[in-house]
Amino acid sequence: MKNRSLVSINDYSKDEIIRILDLAEEFEKQPRQNLLDGRVIASLFFEPSTRTRLSFETAIQQLGGNVIGFASAASTSVSKGESLKDTILMVANYSDLIVMRHPVEGSARYASEVSRVPIINAGDGANQHPTQCLLDLYSIRKTQGTLDNLDVTFVGDLKYGRTVHSNVIALSKFNTRFHLVSPDELKLPSAVKRHIKEAKLNYEQYTDFMEVIPKSDIIYMTRIQRERFPDPLEYEKVKNAYILENAMLENSKPNVRILHPLPRVNEISTDVDANPKAYYFQQALNGVFVRQALIATIMGVK
Amino acid sequence: MNKKRKELIVSAISNGTVIDHIPAENVFQVFKMLDLDKTSHQVYFGTNLESKKYGRKGIIKISDTYYKDEVINKIALVAPTATLIEIRDYEVFSKVSVSIPQTIEGIAKCFNPNCVTNKEDVKTKFEVLTDENGQLKLACHYCEKTTTRKNMVFF
Repeated sequence: MKNRSLVSINDYSKDEIIRILDLAEEFEKQPRQNLLDGRVIASLFFEPSTRTRLSFETAIQQLGGNVIGFASAASTSVSKGESLKDTILMVANYSDLIVMRHPVEGSARYASEVSRVPIINAGDGANQHPTQCLLDLYSIRKTQGTLDNLDVTFVGDLKYGRTVHSNVIALSKFNTRFHLVSPDELKLPSAVKRHIKEAKLNYEQYTDFMEVIPKSDIIYMTRIQRERFPDPLEYEKVKNAYILENAMLENSKPNVRILHPLPRVNEISTDVDANPKAYYFQQALNGVFVRQALIATIMGVK
Repeated sequence: MNKKRKELIVSAISNGTVIDHIPAENVFQVFKMLDLDKTSHQVYFGTNLESKKYGRKGIIKISDTYYKDEVINKIALVAPTATLIEIRDYEVFSKVSVSIPQTIEGIAKCFNPNCVTNKEDVKTKFEVLTDENGQLKLACHYCEKTTTRKNMVFF
């Protein structure tokens, strides 16, 4: 895994995923370790993403590494028309590792092919966001004690939600029972279902949220975005069908945890926040440890 | 006997390539992929011909032209059943079935407008997949989106 790029969660085997999660546990116990002394890590955010960028930069600085880069493409030579290849080749001259977020799908894969230093994909358009996936897996394992044989429910926009796609693909390696709750217009694409089928696992699709709550070990909520619906009336019809309120958790399992990639709008009612089953804020914190584990592994210092 | 008569529907060539057993509806797609509208060599073709194996088929004969494997890979996507026959001095010199490649490079466009191959100067690369109904699909190496048969556009 040393010096290897992470572009898509598919790049890692089950064992490699578990190795990162185990190492992240070590960093959770001791996040400040001077492992990256003298190393320069580039953080290239061609598209702004405050949460992901700060999480990466915190991870790097807690390990004693230095960060160069930019938080948006506006003030860089990209706005003068420089090609992605040229930008990457230039930055690879200065750094030991490149973390990049880019609005174009496939840009991270392409960068990993032209760069002489490894690339960590921090999101390429609607395609992949593997570190979000790793932190979700970490959160699931931490709250359930295992990743195997769980009942995992995904709710909301399963069609366009890239975190849902990556998680479904990764969890297909862990004998998961999938419960997929969405309006008909936003069902999980067949290209993603292929991974469930190839792993010979079961999935059920629902349009009703309530019936699946008592079965779930994990409820992974996502935001349904207005702009996904050509007809605003259709959006109005479904937007309130997938809102989680505290009262709905009455018959849920004691071990169930609610996850959400954030930002949340109204899909989790604020009265859930105080419920011990709510886990979405701790989930975001786990991102720092997982990114430390990943960077330390790729840099070959752990 | 019958076979011989059919061959004669489209004139024989002395030297060149015969592409037989093309699905009738894709004859013009093969034409386009091989740039046959721009060739200066003699080209004969027939379509909606009877075929025992496939019902209706198309055939194209191109004089004094031979193709490399990568060009033949292109054809396999629209004419997976095609047979490629090299003719030298009116004789069959070689005869091969085209085979569907596992990966293709630089032949088809990714249908995702936000794919890096449509935004930057990047050669396309796909894994060729077959769905439950036997239809070919292209999985983009870069954006990971799937281009189905009806969305395929070739360079």
